[in-house]
Amino acid sequence: MDKIVRMQARDVNFYYGKQHALKGINLDIFNNSVTAIIGPSGCGKSTFIRILNRMHELVPSARISGEVMLDERNILSPEVDAVELRKRVGMVFQKPNPFPKSIFDNIAYGLSINGVKDKRLVEERVVESLKKAALWDEVKNRLHDSALGMSGGQQQRLCIARCLAIEPEVILFDEPCASLDPISTKKIEDLILELEKDYTIVIVTHNMQQAARVSDYTGFFLMGELIEFDRTETMFTSPKDKRTEDYITGRFG
Amino acid sequence: MTMKRQLKEKLIEWFFLLNGILVILILGGIFILLLKNALPAFREVSLKDFVISPIWNPDAYDKPTYGLLPMLVSSLMVTVGALIVAIPLGIGTAAYMSDVARPRVREIVKPLVEILAGIPSVVVGFLGIVLVGPFITHLTGARNGLNALNGSILLAVMALPTIISLSEDALASVPRAYEEASLALGANKWQTVVRVKIPAAASGILAACMLGMGRAIGETMTVLMATGNAAAFPNSFLGPVKTMTSTIAIELGEVAYYTTHFYMLFAVGLILFIITFIINVISDIVFHKHTRAQL
Repeated sequence: MDKIVRMQARDVNFYYGKQHALKGINLDIFNNSVTAIIGPSGCGKSTFIRILNRMHELVPSARISGEVMLDERNILSPEVDAVELRKRVGMVFQKPNPFPKSIFDNIAYGLSINGVKDKRLVEERVVESLKKAALWDEVKNRLHDSALGMSGGQQQRLCIARCLAIEPEVILFDEPCASLDPISTKKIEDLILELEKDYTIVIVTHNMQQAARVSDYTGFFLMGELIEFDRTETMFTSPKDKRTEDYITGRFG
Repeated sequence: MTMKRQLKEKLIEWFFLLNGILVILILGGIFILLLKNALPAFREVSLKDFVISPIWNPDAYDKPTYGLLPMLVSSLMVTVGALIVAIPLGIGTAAYMSDVARPRVREIVKPLVEILAGIPSVVVGFLGIVLVGPFITHLTGARNGLNALNGSILLAVMALPTIISLSEDALASVPRAYEEASLALGANKWQTVVRVKIPAAASGILAACMLGMGRAIGETMTVLMATGNAAAFPNSFLGPVKTMTSTIAIELGEVAYYTTHFYMLFAVGLILFIITFIINVISDIVFHKHTRAQL
């Protein structure tokens, strides 16, 4: 049975200056599931995921058309406040990017800008999100050390914890394991499977095995087009499009 | 052929080495000259009197006194006043330029800030006399517009370009990933700049402020023109002050050579040299810590 559609891209076109980076994308993102976006470098997958919380607006020459719905509301409409949107749609980036602050403050910062000021509540939420991100046992004795002293994998889980603390509904992962070793990657993947119960997740990845391991649905992008979208099992066992087959069997990309 | 090329390489190396040595020699030479001319001052006046005496009156008939304190306090007052004005304004402008202004606006503002740095100090001093002074008397009812406050405002203007452009460089070198992380958490632009970018650039901004301070404390012509130059111990920002730099500039032209007064002025110069040297060394250390932290 298909689940409820949580987000939906409707004929999204995206341009960097004159470059047509996304061409008429239509894609559904289902509630409490993991949707993987795969494709070779430069296919527009990162561009697409950044549109989902309007991070694309940081690029001055960007132009966009079409609609992206989140619960029946077009988030691209000027009436939607990007700051409010990003509280509901969180993001974890390719390179772990903790702030040059303590582990505790990394999480407390997000809480404080979201109006959680009560000290006890902040502490509770910090501990809770570190536990959810499977990081608590490793850092509980050094919460006030700099986050920059952690390993790459720990930093990435801290970034996930930081994102969880502000209680988003959708979490976007932009190649979260690209700079991590296999063991750290495994931990992040386990975490994603765990988070799926409570959150709607979109993950961009270069790694097809990763997509197969963690996702329920997969979209294959090529040169700015969505070539194929299906249940991950179906996609990896019997792709409909020749190009998808060539890509997932490693013939290019 | 190789011999010739090696020789050429060596010559170029020596040439640059020579340049480096020359700079160090000049710096050392200035220090030695100051020290040599300052030391004889303490044949007649004890170092203790120089440091603690609250009066600088070299022309007194019976017993001239040479107290560093009034001018040291004057210099510090004017400098600190300048920093109180310049630091918030400078950081604010830097943040505006690096994070708020559209590229086209930045292209206009940045050269303007650099032009500000190029205004001759005598022109700034002139503006202090005809513009800032009357404005202060009008606003506060002070008897004289040529006072510490006037000097502070002018020095703030002169320190601003240094603080702005170095702070902007520091903010621009904050990794973009921090900014993205903050925005993705639902922070607005203001929160991102104030709570993520400025703290991340703190050591660079601190170095910028220290260099601005170095510039302010050593400035002469502007303070000479705008601060009133009364040798009395300063008691308020609205009273006239005579800084270390003004004292040297005014008195060295008229003093009899090789007198205690003459040597004393060198001693004041030596203190000034040491203060600016320390400020520059500290800002250099802070700045290097900053650039290292970026790696």
